[in-house]
Amino acid sequence: MRRTPLFNAHVTDGARMVDFAGWQMPVQYGSILDEVRAVRSGVGVFDVSHMGQVRVSGAGALGAIQRLLTNDASKLAPGRAQYSLMCDDGGGILDDLIVYRRDGGAGAPDFLIVVNASNRETDFDWMSARGSGPDAVFDDVSDDYALIAVQGPMAEATLAPSLTGCDLAKLPAFSHAAAVFGSAPVHVARTGYTGEDGFEIFSAPTAAETIWRTLRDSGVVPCGLGARDVLRIEASYSLYGHEINRETNPYEAGLGWVVKPSKGDFIGREPIVAAKAAGLTRRLTGILPDDVRAIPRQGTVVTTAAGAGIVTSGTMSTTLDRAIGIAYLPKDAEGDVTLAMRGRELPARIVDLPFYKRCR
Amino acid sequence: MNNPTDLKYSKTHEWVRVEADGTATIGITDHAQSELGDVIYLELPAIGASLTLDEPFGTVESVKAVSDLVAPLSGRVVRVNSDLVDAPEAINPDPYGCWLLVIEASALSEAADLLSAEDYALFTEEG
Repeated sequence: MRRTPLFNAHVTDGARMVDFAGWQMPVQYGSILDEVRAVRSGVGVFDVSHMGQVRVSGAGALGAIQRLLTNDASKLAPGRAQYSLMCDDGGGILDDLIVYRRDGGAGAPDFLIVVNASNRETDFDWMSARGSGPDAVFDDVSDDYALIAVQGPMAEATLAPSLTGCDLAKLPAFSHAAAVFGSAPVHVARTGYTGEDGFEIFSAPTAAETIWRTLRDSGVVPCGLGARDVLRIEASYSLYGHEINRETNPYEAGLGWVVKPSKGDFIGREPIVAAKAAGLTRRLTGILPDDVRAIPRQGTVVTTAAGAGIVTSGTMSTTLDRAIGIAYLPKDAEGDVTLAMRGRELPARIVDLPFYKRCR
Repeated sequence: MNNPTDLKYSKTHEWVRVEADGTATIGITDHAQSELGDVIYLELPAIGASLTLDEPFGTVESVKAVSDLVAPLSGRVVRVNSDLVDAPEAINPDPYGCWLLVIEASALSEAADLLSAEDYALFTEEG
């Protein structure tokens, strides 16, 4: 079982540690619901050091990324980041990820791709087997970085006193820059997966605990995987193994906006385009049970007038103060549905996603 | 964890207060609420329902998981804490103040197999 550089800090902070994707990670420090509230109304901090990082460099780096991923990385200016998908030959989703373009734009292309912890090895093997060439070099640099996410409306105000060399107010969403936290050189990106404004700080593993402590001392609430899951379900962000996997097509997952067939060929392009042309049979929708405490868990069968569907994620939404779920349902399903929950049939209704969108 | 010494405990993390008149009050332990995290849903049997030793009689759900409630004794339900069903989050700060059910035990001899506070503390430390 792997430990992040922040393992000792989590234990000191009283975290309940669980095994997750081969890592010992904090699931919660106190109450998951309180942690969610902190991120929605103040600021929370997450250890996401378990996520994988793949560096792609060399003159052919952009070409390799264009072939491997669905989004159009040629639109990615230096200092910007882009959400994308990696698909297999059949168009099934291998992972969702964020590509950061780090070079200055004057030759020597240099990209960092952040992937899910659970897919770190398989993603790297796939990328290096399918993408590498004489002028495209893939390195698994996951162990070079600790990654700390600072998320919530107070994120900028909280980071500003300790972070120098980068004006956070001028850093737009999905951009990143070099900075210094205390005395540690870091890379800070305005990205995250909570539905709030926030930043992700890439640092050397040895600098992580000091950064974590500094943030904790400034009143930031430490948040675990439990809160992270509630937040991303409220914001209706897909999670690998729930909404997306090798059996799902990007369009039915509501991720057609990161598929750019016009950019040219990429792995999975033909079957993805063909599936869309043939007409999708299902789509991701929101589910609200009439009983606000009845959480539709993953795997719950949903009966609709247009056929059966299945829940991919469900939780208690702190922000909405009720149970919510995400489900794949037949494309034409609408209105009232029935959930089969532990031997009982519970009424629910279909709603549009996302459940939560922050005011900007 | 501070477990009251006047209660008995099951290995499935229910607490039991056995009265001289053959009734027993049942709740879940501090260890159970701590492991579950934020409790958000309780499903309990109706008055008159029968409990069978070691068989599930209801469910408790937290943000993280759904768990069975398992009967620490056999018997018939005579009272149900409906206030708690409406506000199950009260269990987290006060697991020993929040009872779930009162039953008329059908075989008080079953209580002999329940753990003392001291033995339960050892059991949860090892577990």
